[in-house]
Amino acid sequence: MNEKIIVDVSHVDKYYGDNHVVSDMNLKVREGEFLTLLGSSGCGKTTTLRMIAGFEDPTSGEICIEGNPVAGKAPFERNVNTVFQSYALFPHMTIFDNVAYGLRIAKVPKADIATRVSDILELVQLEGFERRYPAQLSGGQKQRVAIARALVMHPTVLLLDEPLGALDLKLRKQMQLELKRLQRKLGITFVYVTHDQEEAMTMSDRIAVMHDGVLDQLGTPEEIYERPQTKFVATFIGETNIFEGCVNEVDTTKRISVGLENGNVTVAPQEGFRFGEFVTISVRPEKLRVSLEPREGFSLYGVVRDYIYVGSVIKCNVVLPNSNEVRFERLAGDELPKPGEVVFPYWEPDDCVLIHNRDNELYTALESIRLV
Amino acid sequence: MTLSKRGRTVRNAIYCVLVYLFLFLPIAVVVAGSFNATESRPYLTWKGFSLMWYQRLFDGSQAALMEAFGHTMLIALTSTLLSTVIGTLVAVGMYRYRFRGKALIDALLYVPVVIPEIVMGISLLVLFAQAQVPRGMLTLVIAHTTFCIPFVVFNVRARLAGYDVSVEEASLDLGANRVQTFWNITVPVLAPGIGAGALLAFTLSIDDVIISYFVNGKTSVFPLKVMESIKMGVPPSVNALSAILLLFTVIFVVLTQSDLLSRHRSE
Ligand SMILES: Nc1ncnc2c1ncn2[C@@H]1O[C@H](COP(=O)(O)OP(=O)(O)OP(=O)(O)O)[C@@H](O)[C@H]1O
Ligand SMILES: [Mg+2]
Repeated sequence: MNEKIIVDVSHVDKYYGDNHVVSDMNLKVREGEFLTLLGSSGCGKTTTLRMIAGFEDPTSGEICIEGNPVAGKAPFERNVNTVFQSYALFPHMTIFDNVAYGLRIAKVPKADIATRVSDILELVQLEGFERRYPAQLSGGQKQRVAIARALVMHPTVLLLDEPLGALDLKLRKQMQLELKRLQRKLGITFVYVTHDQEEAMTMSDRIAVMHDGVLDQLGTPEEIYERPQTKFVATFIGETNIFEGCVNEVDTTKRISVGLENGNVTVAPQEGFRFGEFVTISVRPEKLRVSLEPREGFSLYGVVRDYIYVGSVIKCNVVLPNSNEVRFERLAGDELPKPGEVVFPYWEPDDCVLIHNRDNELYTALESIRLV
Repeated sequence: MTLSKRGRTVRNAIYCVLVYLFLFLPIAVVVAGSFNATESRPYLTWKGFSLMWYQRLFDGSQAALMEAFGHTMLIALTSTLLSTVIGTLVAVGMYRYRFRGKALIDALLYVPVVIPEIVMGISLLVLFAQAQVPRGMLTLVIAHTTFCIPFVVFNVRARLAGYDVSVEEASLDLGANRVQTFWNITVPVLAPGIGAGALLAFTLSIDDVIISYFVNGKTSVFPLKVMESIKMGVPPSVNALSAILLLFTVIFVVLTQSDLLSRHRSE
């Protein structure tokens, strides 16, 4: 992968009045990559995108595009283009005129405009729609016009704000593939915003997970899924079991033991965790196991409550003594304990993720008197 | 008593005919009168078909009427232009920016619309007199522009209600500066509202009698001229001029409507 940094967001904060919408954002977008900003509604994704595009100014911090600071540059002075969530097609212009708009403003010769527009319309499979008006198109077609209109400008970076948000599931899936194909083919850097984790996982080279204006983690889909660094990332991406507890034994060569409310568990040894520290453990349902006898290093137990059949997988819920539930998955056909039976949940020490639990109130209190 | 289906159709047709007669008969009378070959007051008896009144409009014998008509057209065009520009800017500005006193300005916009015209006429007259502005073309244009602005604002605002600002952002994003964006995107998208406002302003200006009466000074205008002349029966020259005005209006409406219709189909 090319390591040239094309958009560099460094220490950017954004306030709307007293509302701290983006805090200390650091994000380096590499040339040619498909980077997704993922997060729940209201976490500041659009705001971040608008600051890159030039529609909003950061309250503090700096944004560089192709190495040059863009502070004070209007949107029309930046070589980035945006695909808006609402498409924002010009209603009084034909599809051809919509797509040609930017080229005409840039005073591209007429003949070139014609070829570039028809090339790009072919690319998004909208040949023959040149003379229609936006109101005469379906949602998916409008979406493709919006993309074509931005792409025809050959931007350094294309910003897309939930471009598939308004489409139905089937069309959405299809457009995801088409967009990915386009991006590969053209080699343009995409910064893509979505709140759909599945969409992010399928399309992205890297994902930036945002939570309440903070960039929690930046990594490949695999890293995000397999090694979440915060509890939010662990729970937001895919399904998982969360256990909260306190480190009660550290043997950096063999294992770390964590005491939970319902018993002790064991995780693989790793650097950076100390005795007494509050931690969160995330275990994916497909990694969680149950045994009919206690396993060494684990003293959790619970009662099998029920099964849910989802096609070829079976999801099983186990109730722990504090009435929390954990879930594990098996393939259909595997042998399973019966509902009502007592089981002992465990996992291979390498199969879980250990996360510092610094949101913990007790931790914060102890930290403030320097006990940890 | 219940009517058969056929009976109801006939009844409905009669209603329609009556309504349209009521609407169009006066106009038809005006047009017919313009072709009347009569020379004697009160110009009501039919003396045969003739184009003589149309000829007289242009041979100089009706110079006073034509002069008044010319003034009216000039005033209407100028005040339409001014009120359309100002009104559009007001509407867009009030839509886009938040500022202190916006609610007050908004409320004040309704004042010229709701106060009786006679009050407005008197107050303008008093104002011009106090400020020692000589009454004439200038005061007429100022007065007409004043009462037209709110109508333009309301029409443009109605259009803005369904307006998506992100189209302007898209234009900026594609490299257009703010001025280009205003002319390429904002104005055309708002054009139906601006056009409707301008049309309304033009009409209001042309047929305004009351306010013009107070502020015209010695300048003659068409509606006032007509008012004067009908004391001795409506001269067919007025009919002829009205008929010409009517013809232009119809042509204009047909043109704009067909454009609007095709636009609707595409939207
Ligand atoms: N112009 C504005 N003025 C004041 N507050 C704003 C403005 N725009 C956004 N906000 C606030 O900033 C926060 C982040 O908004 P933003 O649009 O970036 O969220 P988002 O992550 O894109 O959410 P969504 O997924 O719902 O689009 C929200 O709490 C929102 O209310
Ligand atoms: Mg958003």
